Amino acid sequence: MALTEQEILAGIGKIINEITGIPASEVSPEKSFVDDLDIDSLSMVEIAVAAQDEFGVEIPDEQLKHLKTVKDVINFIQN
Amino acid sequence: MNTDQVRVVVTGLGATTPLGGDVASTWSALLAGQSGVRNLTEDWVDSVPVKFAAVAAVNPTEVLPRPEARRLDRAEQFALVAAREAWAHAAIEKVDPERLGVVVGSGIGGITTILAAYDTFKEKGWQRLSPFTVPMLMPNGAAGWIGIEVGARAGVHATVSACATGAESIGYGIEMIRSGRADVVVAGGTEAAIHPLNIGSFAAMRAMSTRNDAPHLASRPWDKNRDGFVLGEGAGIVVLESEEHALARGAKIYAVAAGVGYSADAHHIAQPEPTGAGVILAMRRALENSGLTGADIKHVNAHSTSTPAGDVVETIAINEVVGDHPLVTSTKSMTGHLLGGAGGIESVFTILALHERIAPATINIDELDEGVAVEIVRDKPRALPDGQIAAINNSFGFGGHDVAVAFTSI
Repeated sequence: MALTEQEILAGIGKIINEITGIPASEVSPEKSFVDDLDIDSLSMVEIAVAAQDEFGVEIPDEQLKHLKTVKDVINFIQN
Repeated sequence: MNTDQVRVVVTGLGATTPLGGDVASTWSALLAGQSGVRNLTEDWVDSVPVKFAAVAAVNPTEVLPRPEARRLDRAEQFALVAAREAWAHAAIEKVDPERLGVVVGSGIGGITTILAAYDTFKEKGWQRLSPFTVPMLMPNGAAGWIGIEVGARAGVHATVSACATGAESIGYGIEMIRSGRADVVVAGGTEAAIHPLNIGSFAAMRAMSTRNDAPHLASRPWDKNRDGFVLGEGAGIVVLESEEHALARGAKIYAVAAGVGYSADAHHIAQPEPTGAGVILAMRRALENSGLTGADIKHVNAHSTSTPAGDVVETIAINEVVGDHPLVTSTKSMTGHLLGGAGGIESVFTILALHERIAPATINIDELDEGVAVEIVRDKPRALPDGQIAAINNSFGFGGHDVAVAFTSI
């Protein structure tokens, strides 16, 4: 069964909190990783690998650079 | 400007050691003669002949926020903890970033990161390596992180000279200020090398004590029955500042960082030169560089590590350069040997000894070895005299590095 947007958001929030210390509650769909959450490119790689483990969806490097917001990641995982 | 006239003072101290997670707890344990050496309980101890070490009293992962700790090697964690303490202690509210520097090194660097990352690489592939693997394993990583932390833009440097690293870093910090490159420098050393590969490798050199039945008695510099050093971990950091800058802001000054002497043995990659020629040269140069005479030196925090080879010759060198009057101690009897961190914490101890006029004792000496040529502080700390006094911190390293840093009381 496919995960809901809320379930994916909760999972991403947990990963971002683990890696960056940002409270999961601040991780909302419209947030930009770089501009709003101040996440650097090295941490984005960590987040992508953790998301791969969590959701079983591989995020190739060429895709990763297009994922600017939390919503972009949710959409990528859902599709 | 005649840069020879720039006086450098110490305005901040930080440490995390086998005796305590900060300077105050470490210093009180040191004066109480406590040993920081303990049995190792990791499952790998059966694979090595040494089953004890001087493990840090406070695990840095308990102090640092988890997201921060996970991107730092343990040596970087220690350095950042100690640097934050020293920086807070110095209470510098304002400094020109282009006049602020860092010199912090490590003997081995992020070796536990290297080894764990190689396991990950072999078992799971490169994709599973942390993107922070490189900044964690590089020996200049601690200096880099501290530079970011305090906003140092005058230059961030990392000296690497094995067990002389911490003292060499402080020497470079003094010179950075004297040469006019900076007003304030955060300087010191760090190490986190308690890993079976390191223990096995040092044991292969027959350099480590194997006193497994009594680990707290294993580090015994100058004792007749010493059988090697005890591996320790942690970091010691000082904030150095031009006297002019410190006085202008009304800073509390702990000591004058009077000067440094360097030399090299050019003898053997790991064994001390048997006449002490390199040590003598480094100490002579430290006196010259500081404008001090041997008579001024009332205390020496010696390098002596409890190995059979080096301890006695260091005392002969001290006697040759300074005389037999200083109170000499090896705090490694309590902290173990922090390798690149040793000169950092031992400079902190030397500064505190001058500031509080007390020399910590060397513990575990049952029978002083033949040939010890100076007065060793044994059993109990000893008072240092009033008035203007000076002290030296010696640190020597594999590779033949000899460093002596001189401090004077204020």
